[in-house]
Amino acid sequence: MAQTYDRGAVEDVGRWREFSAGMWAWVLHKFTGWVLVGYLFTHIAVLSTAIGADPAAAPQDLYTTTLVGLEDLLVVRLLEVGLLAVAVFHMLNGIRLLFIDLGLGLERQDQSFYASLIITGAIAVASVPTFLAGV
Amino acid sequence: MAEYYSSFESGGWGWFLQRITAVVLIGTLAFHFFLLHFVNHAAEITLAGTQARMSQVGYFLTMIVFLVTATFHGVNGVYNALLNQGISGTQKRVAKFGLSLAGLLLIVQGVRVAIAMAGISL
Repeated sequence: MAQTYDRGAVEDVGRWREFSAGMWAWVLHKFTGWVLVGYLFTHIAVLSTAIGADPAAAPQDLYTTTLVGLEDLLVVRLLEVGLLAVAVFHMLNGIRLLFIDLGLGLERQDQSFYASLIITGAIAVASVPTFLAGV
Repeated sequence: MAEYYSSFESGGWGWFLQRITAVVLIGTLAFHFFLLHFVNHAAEITLAGTQARMSQVGYFLTMIVFLVTATFHGVNGVYNALLNQGISGTQKRVAKFGLSLAGLLLIVQGVRVAIAMAGISL
């Protein structure tokens, strides 16, 4: 039988010193979700340069020059590493949440949160050479 | 602490679709990131390369599914976050309408981009 667990108001961020692992997971899932949905709108806006791009002008067409221009910036490459970290954490924690929704792993939900953080960090660090290549 | 925990009884369609789209996105987002950052590097992407990928029906349809599921999951996630903050009444209706409109416009623009990338002229 399902029972309720009073976690207190996680929205009251003034209590952050009292937060348990599960509440930090909740906060980070929301934060990474906001970043990803913001990026989604930005991403479609940038890719909209493909509309009306002239293939005959390649590689000087608007789409290619926009992407190459952005990729020439070090700050964009660093933001891409951040985006990967945000996406990986959201996915790993999301898988953790799906298992918990299915009634699996609640007893180890804090360990699975720490595992999500460690794997995210490892993947982000390992991706740095790929993202910074040629800038 | 509960011995058995499930939140399956707690939700309606929005809750259910958020989980279904999550499962779809685990696959499509991982595929998208891997293909366009590790197989093909973002700095080397060109209009011709994009058109070659988007001209494949399976890839094109995967990207449309990716667009629609990501938009629903993101916009519905923002709506749920706002509900968690305690909005109700008019604020809730405005958020629902505004976010639905934003999501719809994003899907329309995304489909226009996909069609242009596939080199299809309408």
